[in-house]
Amino acid sequence: MAEPLETTIRSPLAGWTPHPLTGIRLAELPFRTQVNLRLPAKGPAADAVGLELGVPLPVEPGTTAGSGELSVLWLGPDEWLVVGSPGADLAARLAARRGAGVSVVDTSALRTTVLVAGPRARDLLAHGCALDLHPTRFPTGRCAQTLLAHAQIVLVAVDDGTSGAEPAYHLLVRSSFANYLADWLEDAAVEYR
Amino acid sequence: MLLIRCPWCGPRDETEFHYGGAAHVAYPSDPAALSDEEWGRYLFVRENLKGPFAERWCHTAGCRRWFNAVRDTLTNEILRVYRIGEPA
Repeated sequence: MAEPLETTIRSPLAGWTPHPLTGIRLAELPFRTQVNLRLPAKGPAADAVGLELGVPLPVEPGTTAGSGELSVLWLGPDEWLVVGSPGADLAARLAARRGAGVSVVDTSALRTTVLVAGPRARDLLAHGCALDLHPTRFPTGRCAQTLLAHAQIVLVAVDDGTSGAEPAYHLLVRSSFANYLADWLEDAAVEYR
Repeated sequence: MLLIRCPWCGPRDETEFHYGGAAHVAYPSDPAALSDEEWGRYLFVRENLKGPFAERWCHTAGCRRWFNAVRDTLTNEILRVYRIGEPA
């Protein structure tokens, strides 16, 4: 009888050690829990999910809501991405609250998160992202689904740097694009070495 | 490159969008009653307007919602965007 397969979890960017840069910090934040949520933006289902998460679902396009490790990203008028720390049981908690017309799908393996932080973070992203990321247009708590160097990403402004902390952005990128995006970031960052 | 204003996400580059052809083409009320020629006309034959043209776009790299836009086919200027279900 065959031995059971050993299960090891390997993140898409396991083994990636970014070249040290001046003013930019790159890192993978692996295995963060991600749950895709689809339901009508107004109504009892949205209220129940908001209660379960402890934060109301953001209804303004391109905004996020969150407390602590948990953040809820607006993906569409009836679609959100709930992001939590690795191993969080978000999908089970939300599924328990699921009513008619509500979809809860654990998509944690779909994307990995790349952290781009530091005073030159925006300069680096500007090499391949058409969005205006200036704090007046893309402040802390904004999110956008867009293209970075032709790869689809969800871009989150974790900190815009105006409060004195270092600017930090999360790039949620599909696992199969993660290596390409990491290579592209390294290549675009050559001038900051 | 066109700058297209998604009714949800705001102005984005054209490369984030997918073109969906003419808008407001009504589905036949009784499709089974159509002749092959009428069905073909419904599927494939569109006006080739010079000037303002209502068309469908999908923000594929963003919120993935379909919406309508009125584009001037002569100047490529986008005169108006509106969500599905909103009056033309």
